[in-house]
Amino acid sequence: MSEITGPILAQTLTTGILWGLMYALIALGLTVIFGVMEICNFAHGDFLMMSMFVAYVFSLPLFGLNAIQSMPLNIAIMFVVGIIIYKILIKPVINAPPLAQIFSTFGLLVFLRGLAQFIFTADYHSVEKLTFVGRVDLWGTFLPKPQIAAAIGAMIMFAAVYLFIMKTKTGWALLAVAENKQAAALMGIDSDKMFALAWGIGAACVSVAGALLANFYYVFPEVGAIFGFLSFVTVALGGFGSIQGAFWAGLIIGLTEALAGTLIAPSFKYLVVFAIFLLVVLIRPRGLMGHAS
Amino acid sequence: MPHKGDGILLQKKAFAIVGTIWCLLLIFPQFVTQPFYLHLMILIFLYAMISGAWNILGGYAGQVSLGHAVFFGIGAYSSTLGVLNFGLSPWIGMVIGGLIAVLISLITGYPTFRLKGHYFVIATLALGEIFFVIFTNWEWAGGAVGKHLPFLDPGMINFQFGPKAPYYYIALAFLTIQLLVTYFMERSYLGYYFQAIREDQDAAKALGIEITKYKLVAMALSAFFVAIGGSFYAQYLLYIDPESVFPMMLSIQICLITILGGVGTVLGPVIGAAIMIPLSEFSRAWLGGSGSALDLVIYGLLIMIIAVYKPSGLMGLLTRK
Repeated sequence: MSEITGPILAQTLTTGILWGLMYALIALGLTVIFGVMEICNFAHGDFLMMSMFVAYVFSLPLFGLNAIQSMPLNIAIMFVVGIIIYKILIKPVINAPPLAQIFSTFGLLVFLRGLAQFIFTADYHSVEKLTFVGRVDLWGTFLPKPQIAAAIGAMIMFAAVYLFIMKTKTGWALLAVAENKQAAALMGIDSDKMFALAWGIGAACVSVAGALLANFYYVFPEVGAIFGFLSFVTVALGGFGSIQGAFWAGLIIGLTEALAGTLIAPSFKYLVVFAIFLLVVLIRPRGLMGHAS
Repeated sequence: MPHKGDGILLQKKAFAIVGTIWCLLLIFPQFVTQPFYLHLMILIFLYAMISGAWNILGGYAGQVSLGHAVFFGIGAYSSTLGVLNFGLSPWIGMVIGGLIAVLISLITGYPTFRLKGHYFVIATLALGEIFFVIFTNWEWAGGAVGKHLPFLDPGMINFQFGPKAPYYYIALAFLTIQLLVTYFMERSYLGYYFQAIREDQDAAKALGIEITKYKLVAMALSAFFVAIGGSFYAQYLLYIDPESVFPMMLSIQICLITILGGVGTVLGPVIGAAIMIPLSEFSRAWLGGSGSALDLVIYGLLIMIIAVYKPSGLMGLLTRK
């Protein structure tokens, strides 16, 4: 094992924080959906994959947009996709047994992954027009620019979603539906509309993550597997439905992964992440900041 | 309105149909000798068995585990490492593998059964990944490269055969045993306890059912049969690596096969496997390679349609519940 020096530790922590913010951003959409309607979208990673492919397609010579330029389109497309999926797939299973809810989104996972492979093949692609190329040298610690952009994007999105839910009337309506569907209905809030909105927002959040991730990561049909899985772990660690929980859990996971990679071995990093996750949920079965149902 | 007698009549009819199909399966290799079809049938039996094993925990007791590839891998590695490192017969390695799987299922099940709903599902996913990483890095067990089994004298002792027919009969025998165990479990007090836990855990507890104990029983039964399937797989292909026996996709697939066929039914997983395995094998053969993924598209659509319109699975269509 190489000796751990100050600069190596600084680099490790920086990498951990940058990835942690990315994980938090990916998990944001998932926790929003769950917070409003207690359904875990197991195809969440594949929403991420879809938005990365949207960024990829818009970067082809035909459109020639980079992932940041196409982000508004990406958000709009994914918002609509989220609502359509809610209407077609989720709405019919709201009152179904939990198993039906779980496998409805697993079916979606298999379908989206297969569809992406069918259209784009299993190959790795990268967005053709890159932005934020290069890295910043901060006293010997290197920060890749696309990851700085992603980290800033993550913080903006968390602030925006938090403020939207806490400070706007629509946000309050979402909270009301999450709290008590019947009581919300008596106040004239249409729960169906709010659920659809939650799915739209959830998908839009992950599309921002996808656009930012596509700047520095390969785009391929299986990309949602590991990121999706990490997002479930992030959300469960933070507590299902908790926005702050997802933020801190993302950072914990990013830092754990980076530290385990440096201190133990890169191939063991996920083992440590999952072991810590298991430890936390076994001690606190509702995650760090989850509410008792 | 159906009368009580109709039910018994229907059951007799079902027995007759299943019995006839089973007898036909018994003579199938006498008439069909093309390796591809035998291979297809072997895969159907194998997946039907491990999905049926998942069904005991996931379908009857209602604990959705997405980490069952762990037990498959344990079984595959136990028999293989037994042959390679200890000179054991694969049969002995298989039984040991089954017992190790039971032990691991109890050790991991005891703490995780405290978790509810999605927390449990994600914890099992995490466990699956942990085992995947351990075996990928465990050099003694072959690491990421995996292990090849050497060709030994063909025969029952070495669990190796030239033609596919012996594998066919062994797989059919394993499936039959698993189905019988599930059938009798369903009708015993265990079946009722499991279903009580699935329907309403708190109510089951109030009735005096020791929830954790019976969840562990379901888990152990389930893990044992999946491990047997893993050993069979290793002996059939003679090559294993973490990618092929510990993948998350395997855990998901055995769950989806059960759901397609019908959760919490004896024959559901068989129906699910009989549809799903040919679908993926044929589309692979016809559409060329695993590249096109059209089978995944169809599979995903099927699962979603089932989820929305027929949560009881295809068995629900047959029994008109």
